[in-house]
Amino acid sequence: MEYSAKVMDHFMNPRNVGEIEDASGVGTVGNAKCGDIMKVYLKIENGIIEDAKFKTFGCGAAVATSSMATELVKGKTIQEALEITNKAVMEALDGLPPVKVHCSCLAEEALHAALWDYAEKNNIVIEGLEKPVDDIDELHNLPEE
Amino acid sequence: MDKLIYFDNAATTPVRKEVLDTILPYFSEHYGNASSVYSIARESKKAIDKAREQVANALGAEPAEIFFTAGGSESDNWALKGIAESMSSKGKHIITSVIEHHAILHTCEYLESKGFEVTYLPVDEYGKVRIEDLKAAIRPDTILISIMFANNEIGTIEPIAEIGKIAKENGIYFHTDAVQAVGHVKIDVKEMNIDMLSLSGHKLGAPKGIGALYIRKGVKLKSFIHGGAQERGRRAGTENVPGIVGLGKAIEIAVNEMDEVTPKLIKMRDKLITELTSKISHTKLNGHPVDRLPGNVNLSFEFIEGESMLLFLDMNGICASSGSACTSGSLDPSHVLLSIGLPHEKAHGSLRLTLGHMNTEEEVDYIIEKLPPIVQRLRDMSPLYEEYIKNNK
Repeated sequence: MEYSAKVMDHFMNPRNVGEIEDASGVGTVGNAKCGDIMKVYLKIENGIIEDAKFKTFGCGAAVATSSMATELVKGKTIQEALEITNKAVMEALDGLPPVKVHCSCLAEEALHAALWDYAEKNNIVIEGLEKPVDDIDELHNLPEE
Repeated sequence: MDKLIYFDNAATTPVRKEVLDTILPYFSEHYGNASSVYSIARESKKAIDKAREQVANALGAEPAEIFFTAGGSESDNWALKGIAESMSSKGKHIITSVIEHHAILHTCEYLESKGFEVTYLPVDEYGKVRIEDLKAAIRPDTILISIMFANNEIGTIEPIAEIGKIAKENGIYFHTDAVQAVGHVKIDVKEMNIDMLSLSGHKLGAPKGIGALYIRKGVKLKSFIHGGAQERGRRAGTENVPGIVGLGKAIEIAVNEMDEVTPKLIKMRDKLITELTSKISHTKLNGHPVDRLPGNVNLSFEFIEGESMLLFLDMNGICASSGSACTSGSLDPSHVLLSIGLPHEKAHGSLRLTLGHMNTEEEVDYIIEKLPPIVQRLRDMSPLYEEYIKNNK
C-alpha cells in the first residue's frame, strides 16, 4: 500500500488543523472502534463557508482527507459544499489505496454533519442534506468484547 | 541519523552475513539434488544432515525428529491438520488460545468446518494462558493442545513447561508455535514435554521460505505434502538446500550467542519501556513486564492512531509496526490487544518495536528522542485528546 505524494503532503502538513471557537456548525463522525474519528468545524456567514477547521483521530488517509475536505469547502456556498463528495476529495488527493476509500467517505460525512448542525442551530432546512448517522456517541456505547 | 533504523525484527530479519556466506555455494556450486547418487548430490545431502543436527541441537531434540518445511505457517498447518486426521478416532477436540497467530487460528477455523471442536482459551491482562483454564478445558476427547511459545505482538512468554506437563499427564499431544521464540529464548523440547514445535528461518537471520517442524519420535503425524520420499517420506518436495543450510547456520549462531545477546536486548528493551512511558503521558505497556521476549516492546499511546505514528517514524527512518486496524487491512485492530482487554481506541494506538542483535544503544536513544514530539503532534490533531483536555480542565 502506498500513498500518493499529495496524500503524504496533506498528512505531513495538514491544512486547517484546529478548532473554531464560535463555529456555526460542528460535525463529528466515525468512532474509535473502526479507528477513525473526524470532527469538522465550519464558520458560515451569509451562506458562505468562511472558514473550516478539523481534528482527526485516524490513519494517514484520514488526516489527509480531512485536510483536503476542509480546503475544498472554504469559500463555497452551502449548496456547493454539498457537492463535495468523497470522490471529489479522493480525486483532489490523486487517489487513495482501495482499503482507505472509507476515509474519504468519512470526510464527506463530517462536512455533512457540520452542515446539519448549522441547519439545526439556525432552524433551517438545507435542501438535499440528510441527517448524518455516524456519531461520536458510539464511542461511549461500544459493545462489550 | 541517515541510516535506516530497523525495529521490526519480529516481522522479519535480514539474512546474517555469516549465514549468507554459508548459503551462497549451494545455489550454483553444490546444486545437486540430494536424492541423486553422484558427488555433488552427496554434498547437498551432507549439508542437509548437518543443518538438521544444528536445528536439533538448538531445541534439545534428535536430528531424526526435525522435518524441514517452507516456513512457520506450513509447520503449524501440518501439526494441526495432521493430528486432527490421525487422532480423529480418539476424539475431535482441540485446545488453543485466543492470542495465537493466524496460522493457528485460521487452521482451527478450518478444522471446525470439518467437524472438530476447538476451545480458545482466554488470556489474562498480560496475555498469559491460565493453567486452571487449561485444566478445566481438557476433555476425554481432547486430542491436541496448541499454545504459542511467545506472542508475536506483545512478546509474552507462555508457561510452556507447565502446559507440557499437563498435556503429558493427560495423554494429549502438545504443539507449540515457537516462531518468535526459537533463537531468542532457551528451549528444551524434552524438558518442556513438547511433542511438536513450529519454527521459521526468517525470524532468526535465515532466509524466508524455510522453516521446520519438530515432531517427537512416536507422534502419529502423517505426511502433509505427498510426493517423493524426502524428509523420510513425511514431507515431499526437493529440499530447499540453501534455505536449510541457512536455517541450520542461523539457529546455531543464535543459540551460541544467546547468553551474550539476551542481556543487551533486555537492557535496550527496558530502557525503551521506561523512557517512553515516562516521557509520554497516557502510555501503557502491553504484555508481561518480565516474562517477555528480550527484544519486544509494545506500547499503547492514548488518543492517537498507530498508522499515523508509523508514517512519521518512517519519515525519520525508523521501521516499526502497530496493531492498528489501518495496518491490518481490516477494520478491527489486533485480536491480541483486544484479548488482553484493551479498548479499541487503545489498540489502534499501539506501537510495536522489536529489537534484534544488530540494534544499538544509539538507535534506542534516537527513537526515545524522536517519538515524544510525534505523539504530541498527533494528539494535538486528535478530537479524543481535545475531549480529554476539556473534561479534565
